[in-house]
Amino acid sequence: MRHLMNPLDFTVEELDALFDLANDIERDMPKYAHACAGKKLATCFYEPSTRTRLSFEAAMLNLGGSVLGFSDANSSSAAKGESVADTIRIISCYADICAMRHPKEGAPLVAAEHSGIPVINAGDGGHQHPTQTLTDLLTIRSLRGHLDHLTIGLCGDLKFGRTVHSLINALSRYEGMRFIFISPDELRIPDYITEMLRDKGIPYEEVIRLEDMLPQLDILYMTRVQRERFFNEEDYIRLKDFYILNKKKMRLAPADMLVLHPLPRVNEISVDVDDDPRAVYFKQAQYGVYVRMALILTLLGLAGKEETKC
Amino acid sequence: MLNVGKIEEGFVLDHIQAGMAMSIYHHLQLDKLDCTVAIIKNARSSKMEKKDILKVECDIDMLDLDVLGFIDHNITVNVIKNGIIVEKKKLHLPAQIRNVIFCRNPRCITSIEQELPHIFVLADKAKEIYRCKYCEEKFDKRTL
Repeated sequence: MRHLMNPLDFTVEELDALFDLANDIERDMPKYAHACAGKKLATCFYEPSTRTRLSFEAAMLNLGGSVLGFSDANSSSAAKGESVADTIRIISCYADICAMRHPKEGAPLVAAEHSGIPVINAGDGGHQHPTQTLTDLLTIRSLRGHLDHLTIGLCGDLKFGRTVHSLINALSRYEGMRFIFISPDELRIPDYITEMLRDKGIPYEEVIRLEDMLPQLDILYMTRVQRERFFNEEDYIRLKDFYILNKKKMRLAPADMLVLHPLPRVNEISVDVDDDPRAVYFKQAQYGVYVRMALILTLLGLAGKEETKC
Repeated sequence: MLNVGKIEEGFVLDHIQAGMAMSIYHHLQLDKLDCTVAIIKNARSSKMEKKDILKVECDIDMLDLDVLGFIDHNITVNVIKNGIIVEKKKLHLPAQIRNVIFCRNPRCITSIEQELPHIFVLADKAKEIYRCKYCEEKFDKRTL
């Protein structure tokens, strides 16, 4: 039985197969409308996350399956002190696959170790959020046509942003990548990431001004400065508006550059950018559903068997 | 020169980095054994200038080589029988260690679920980096 804890759990070849499946779903959604008929997805969300939970639920419903679960720890047995291991043992009796979000890092791995069904890490604290990374990769691959030989700028909170760290790790497996890290000093990319890039001989630059690097980018990945990652409210208020992408700055960017954002956006992308064809962050949310559909099919061993279910 | 008598059966841990003997004593849980233990600190060494040595009179099977390998794989382990060295064991960095060191990341699941084992895995052999199996927090060996 396979689980997904980390985007690197899948080889590049396995990811290619997953993305091919996601693109086929995009092309012909009705073909998959009953692929998971009779199957149940449990969404075990120990902290609120409307977007990710609904994306998982939409994915399972699109596949003809059902969903059950809870959306915060207070409405689960965790409030009574039940361990993650015991919870997943019970959930394994009720559902065929589980998507788990937990504020504590490593909780989905604990679940996977005691589970009778595939477990998907739907975000564990500041650690991993693999389906966001799969979403990002699918968006880039679908809209640029490839995942190699790209210059990708990552802007904003590069210190605490788990989506950024996961994406860099995942993209570092492809050839010809170049990274530009755009952040204030306080939110610089951690050393272990730059060490990893140096070890692999992958070029990167760290800069402070967004405008300077825009003309060179194939992809601009914007991030939100997240309130919950700060222990100090003053630091949050001082840094949150540091980097804002607007129409004026977009004039400096290449005509085929893509702007991605894991969402939710606060004000780091001005709404006047939304109509720009290069702004693909809402399409990205749609790709998130396709890739979760492909993932559910793959982990349930149903990939390629959708025809027989119809 | 201080003289410590030889042991008949047990092991001698030589070439311990000076100052680390007590840490090893605790991690090997030698305080829980009812046997003779000699801790020699800051002994003169031609190779290391200063070193620590531990002599333990007990069954060699009681020694956890993984723990020792984790702490310092350069330590020499001499197995003693009938008063003579019968074997020199080579230490390796273990692939993982369990409940030897503890994750200090307050965001790790091990911080709230007390029954979970604290497992660290060897993430980078060349740099001797261990990370928590659950949250991947790097362990800083200087805190040993």
